Amino acid sequence: MTLWLLVRRSLWQHRLSTVVTAASVALAGGLWLSVWTIKDQASDTFAGLDSGFDAVLGARGSSLQLVLNSVFHLEASPGNLPQEDYRDIRDDARVAAAIPIAVGDNYRGYRLVGVTTNLFTDIEYRPGQKYRTRYGRWFDPRRKEAVVGSFAARRLKFKPSDTFHPYHGLVFDEKTRHQDTYVVVGVLEPTNTPADRVIWIPLAGLQRMDGHDPAAVNDLSAVLLKLRSAQAGFHLDLRYNKQGNRLTLAWPIDRIVAQLFEKFSWFSRVLELIAYLVALVAVGSVLTGIYNSMNGRRRDIAILRALGARRRTIFAAVVLESVAIAALGMAAAFLIYWLVFSAVAAVLRSEVGVALSAAHWHPVMLWAPISVILMSTLAGSIPAIKAYRTNVAENLAPIS
Amino acid sequence: MPVLEIRQLKKAFPAADRTVRPIIDIPEFALESETEAALRGASGCGKTTFLNLIAGLVPADHGSIRLEGQNLAALSEAGRDRLRAARIGYIFQTFNLLQGFTCLENVVLGMSFGRKPDWNRARSLLQRMDLGNRIDYLPRQLSTGQQQRVATARALASRPRLVLADEPTGNLDAANARAVLSLIRECCRENGAALLLTSHDPAVLAQFDTPQEFSEINRSPTEGGDP
Repeated sequence: MTLWLLVRRSLWQHRLSTVVTAASVALAGGLWLSVWTIKDQASDTFAGLDSGFDAVLGARGSSLQLVLNSVFHLEASPGNLPQEDYRDIRDDARVAAAIPIAVGDNYRGYRLVGVTTNLFTDIEYRPGQKYRTRYGRWFDPRRKEAVVGSFAARRLKFKPSDTFHPYHGLVFDEKTRHQDTYVVVGVLEPTNTPADRVIWIPLAGLQRMDGHDPAAVNDLSAVLLKLRSAQAGFHLDLRYNKQGNRLTLAWPIDRIVAQLFEKFSWFSRVLELIAYLVALVAVGSVLTGIYNSMNGRRRDIAILRALGARRRTIFAAVVLESVAIAALGMAAAFLIYWLVFSAVAAVLRSEVGVALSAAHWHPVMLWAPISVILMSTLAGSIPAIKAYRTNVAENLAPIS
Repeated sequence: MPVLEIRQLKKAFPAADRTVRPIIDIPEFALESETEAALRGASGCGKTTFLNLIAGLVPADHGSIRLEGQNLAALSEAGRDRLRAARIGYIFQTFNLLQGFTCLENVVLGMSFGRKPDWNRARSLLQRMDLGNRIDYLPRQLSTGQQQRVATARALASRPRLVLADEPTGNLDAANARAVLSLIRECCRENGAALLLTSHDPAVLAQFDTPQEFSEINRSPTEGGDP
């Protein structure tokens, strides 16, 4: 009670320093929370985003590129594969489902992906969850119709019966407009997967878009596969990757995505290091803020001692003040974390279609505040030792 | 029974020329409960050191200080702190109010280290000092006379058995000095506290029946300067 009164008044007396120091702790804490949650949630979310598939079969090349292109709808396709390879894998007994896709066009930067309707009717993009339309219906594979992902529909303000002309390539360029006119017949429910950023059209539509190479009219960009067993993955891996040299089987998808994050692990380690250093600097500022004010407080300390306060009470008051600044700072850190996280999540949502949640529990939300408060306890003990040693008689001036 | 008994008390401080300078050498001094004593002495004669020794803020080099029979020399520093918090009130020439705290909080802090703070007692003490309408003011918002009255309330907050007053009117004008001094004496009587006051001001000392010369009880040959 008395300690709290001493701490409260001291914080108020040095309020400018209190606010500045707490703000630096808040920035450091916010950065710390953001780095850990975003890094872990992003890699978990990406690795878990297989959209219901185990593997991707595509042209010979990088399996990462194949996964990014066909599952995440990022990057260019590494090349095409002929229709026969699709039929071959589709009819393989070890394969539960094979969905062919074709890419190569966009509308205002949003990808058009040619696909068969069994993507919508047969595939669970997450266990127990199939694609559903929010408005309209699935496209007719024989017509120039489109089903639009929720995010793309919102951004493009698409609703059923709107029409559009696709543009060639994966990057929007006004000069590359196709003559074909497509009608929006459905908008998907949000899935929080990259599918939300895609405009889905019939496979044949993309293959036969005017201006596309007639020789490649039956070619596919990739085949998304659901396998019957892990054993099947080993066999197909052997067949396509080890024995064959024409195609690449990207399997298993989650390990390939995890490898992508491992490639960038040095970057997240640098971020971690920066976050630690910033936290250290912030705790240092708590120390210097209080330490520098010690000279001005010697008289107050002497007065308190003269009133009967013990040395350890004075010591505790100074340490508690440091802890209070850190605690105030860490409370504000959650606000900063929320702002940073929301900004990053918005970028990821629009660029990749992946939804992250700031409210998602992460252990750092417990150990960052605890560490900062423990470090501040240590930092606070340095000025507290100075306070502890204050000579009462000398500082109760003047002497008669 | 004496509230304060001093025997063979000695204290010396190192001087600038590396010699040790004796400041206090008091063979004997006593103060009965609920009485008052005034000591006269010039600045620098060791009065403050004497009061600091009694308060246990400075350890003695030799001798005994007994507060209601309890020997300070036998106590640890923390023990002396406890004793000071519970039994001694200290009024300073420079008031020594905590500037960041309200009048009420200053008074409450006067009793917070020895017992459970009693906010109502703090309020009633301030009312007794005629500061009932100033309890939430900060010290700098008060006149010097008012500040010394807050300091007096604070010194009495813990129901001390002994109040030490070191030149309590030294920073006040004559009219305020008289008023504050009367208030200190009245309140000590009302609260059953003995009062030991030091001053060099003849007007202050004239109010006491038998002011004593500090040099009569202190054999140390200190004159002027510090401490």
